[in-house]
Amino acid sequence: MITTLSLLFSRPSSVSIPGKINGVVKCVASPSAEKTAYKTKVSRNENLAKLQAGYLFPEPRIGDTTEPIPEVITSAMSKRSYALSTVDGYSGYGAEQGEKVSNDLHSFLVWSYSLSPPYPISVLSSRLVCLFAPHVEQLRAAIASTYYADLGIEEDDIFVSDGAKSDISRLQVLFGSNVTMAVQDPSYPAYVDSSVILGQTGQFQKDVEKYGNIEYMRCTPENGFFPDLSTVRRTDIIFFCSPNNPTGYAASREQLTRLVQFAKENGSIIVYDSAYAMYVSDDSPRSIFEIPGAKEVALEVSSFSKYAGFTGVRLGWTAIPKDLLYSDGFPLAKDFNRIVCTCFNGASNIAQAGGLACVSAEGIKAMHEVVGFYKENTAIIVDTFESLGFKVYGGKNAPYVWVHFPGRSSWDVFSEILEKTHVVTTPGSGFGPGGEGFVRVSAFGHRENVLEACRRFKQLYK
Amino acid sequence: MIWTREIEHKNKYPNANVISLGIGDTTEPLPDVVALSMANYARKLSTPKGYRGYGAEQGCKALRKAIAETVYKDIGIKDSEVFVSDGAQGDICRLQLLFGSNMSVAVQDPTFPAYVDSSVIIGQTGDVNRESGSYQKIEYMACGPHNSFFPDLSKTGRTDIIFFCSPNNPTGHAASFEQLEQLVQFAQENGSIIVYDSAYAVYIKDGRPRSIYEVPGARKVAIEVSSFSKIAGFTGVRLGWTVVPEELLYSNGFPVIKDYNRVVCTCFNGASRISQAGGLACLSSEGFKAVLSLVDYYKENAEILLETFKSVGLRAYGGENAPYLWVHFPGSNSWDVFNEILEKTHIITVPGSGFGPAGKEFIRVTAFGHRENILEASKRLRSFLS
Repeated sequence: MITTLSLLFSRPSSVSIPGKINGVVKCVASPSAEKTAYKTKVSRNENLAKLQAGYLFPEPRIGDTTEPIPEVITSAMSKRSYALSTVDGYSGYGAEQGEKVSNDLHSFLVWSYSLSPPYPISVLSSRLVCLFAPHVEQLRAAIASTYYADLGIEEDDIFVSDGAKSDISRLQVLFGSNVTMAVQDPSYPAYVDSSVILGQTGQFQKDVEKYGNIEYMRCTPENGFFPDLSTVRRTDIIFFCSPNNPTGYAASREQLTRLVQFAKENGSIIVYDSAYAMYVSDDSPRSIFEIPGAKEVALEVSSFSKYAGFTGVRLGWTAIPKDLLYSDGFPLAKDFNRIVCTCFNGASNIAQAGGLACVSAEGIKAMHEVVGFYKENTAIIVDTFESLGFKVYGGKNAPYVWVHFPGRSSWDVFSEILEKTHVVTTPGSGFGPGGEGFVRVSAFGHRENVLEACRRFKQLYK
Repeated sequence: MIWTREIEHKNKYPNANVISLGIGDTTEPLPDVVALSMANYARKLSTPKGYRGYGAEQGCKALRKAIAETVYKDIGIKDSEVFVSDGAQGDICRLQLLFGSNMSVAVQDPTFPAYVDSSVIIGQTGDVNRESGSYQKIEYMACGPHNSFFPDLSKTGRTDIIFFCSPNNPTGHAASFEQLEQLVQFAQENGSIIVYDSAYAVYIKDGRPRSIYEVPGARKVAIEVSSFSKIAGFTGVRLGWTVVPEELLYSNGFPVIKDYNRVVCTCFNGASRISQAGGLACLSSEGFKAVLSLVDYYKENAEILLETFKSVGLRAYGGENAPYLWVHFPGSNSWDVFNEILEKTHIITVPGSGFGPAGKEFIRVTAFGHRENILEASKRLRSFLS
């Protein structure tokens, strides 16, 4: 029985299993069509067909937080859960007290009807709940003041969600199929995969391991993990994650200023993923909105997952400035609000109660401790690989260490590490062709497991 | 302007006790056993043994199993065919992502607006006709008293997807077995996929089908969406599920379930584990009993309201197998009726035209509410409408 130490997240886009991996391997591949079985006359969405088959990932999930959630946060969620069984504490669709909201509901309904075109009522009512629910209001205000104080992002610019992955898809639904997008290479696979599903891309080109019509912005040691924007084609949307998953690199103020300028010149929209912002240790920006002019070209997605261990609780947010406008002057935020109210029904009220506790003074302190713990893990891992003579990147401002194995296939390295040390890492090519030659080691893990893994690395590579 | 009238109304009646029978939101507290399970689960997340990170996007195994075995007892749904979610609205959007823009859809008229709105957003429709509120390229299947709230399928054009909600929001009509047999046959003949919304199934009193899969052959043509919202008061907690049977195949033979799994894994990260713990508690034998008595509470509200409208000679449909009443005011405009009811009784309802052109002469009244509010509302309605 292999004891795997889960240190990494593995979501390669097109690979074969290099031998047996511990745990259940979920494989989504094309089956052969049955000849006699009844078939509908509904055509398969060809965008789904573009997604790479042989999509493998070992269970349990890796790249996953491991440390318990601070008590100040869970007790808030526990309290909220209990409260839902009481008359005064019960709330339905985001409303604190049904009666208190109903007057507002009515006013909003009649006002909304006067808009053109008239909106169906249920959409209006759910929109009302989106906008007026006191609980949500509190959390939006708290997120704005905690993360965006003095940056000109206000509470009504904040859209609370069930996490970044869903938000990215909702943003793709917002953008539609007729947009071009750019991603860093390597990058978190959900940006590319959601783009394929929405029909923004061409076919996967096996020789270069890229989807047609996506602009891949290579980020390597050679360019300091920031793309050479002079070689990047204009696209409508630019996905940018900093601190970066998987490279761990946090862009500097100067680099982000150039990015914002690039977006401004091209009339592009930056989707800035700041899910690891709290891991920044130096003076690298924590929000794109620290950059002047960003409010006209960028929106920001973030999450409580890696701060508060909320990977299973599900809570995040997207900030869309009022100044972010389409080419016809229409504010993005208005359309995103429409998407959110049609395609979503709010994050769980219990999770939101947890979120409120997260951004309380005590909660912020507790989250910093959690983050600090993983940062110590990161330092241990960085130290280990550096002492073995490897070039190691990231690890300063993110819970990811990007280890270079020049000239080697990342899947071969992954297999070797797995077979010889029983430690699960993530092959860099799973994040795009720019990840080839690298392996991502994540710092999520119990301290003893991290130490043990590092002991085994030292054995293997001494 | 309505807005001005509203301000006048509020100024005229600053102390009015406005009762909402409008928004379809549950009002009664969760059963203790359910709330407790979530409270305990949340608390345990602070302990090394109790902490859990990412869950499977399709839902935790135990809950998928419980749904398959409890909700679909004897109906033969496998737990691997159940995808746990954060609710029907999210699922409908994910299904639209699955289908893509090159699909034709049919909806009931009137209908829960999310099917239409999500269809528009994905790009399946043409422009809206401002007057009627209908979108081009959508097949609207009128459901009214004239056809027993079941569409005349002989007059319905073929579409790839058919959205069908039963018991219905807003009409409250629960389709009979024979009607659903017709629907399944229609889908089979046309090679269509039914997206069956059974969110209110637990409100059925008289033995009508609670799941499309009670109809033979449905596994080959239907997806079913449901939710804990109206079963367990989970409107804020957020939990639901979608069933995609393995036999449901695209025209090229590819199983729909495989693509749906891909969409779920790319566009979603699982329902909150705390909500799922609550869901498990709802489906335990103690929890299910408690949850059903909540449902009974709303059913009794519906009976009271039905009786109210009957007593003043109004035709109120629904209300028997669903927490919605669909009250007919022949010859009138639903917005006018809405306004008048608000003005004279301080009760919020929902104008039927918000659900589609066929809702023009109807008002939707929900049975969700504290008993005392339902009784008070009934009193006011009786005196105003008689």
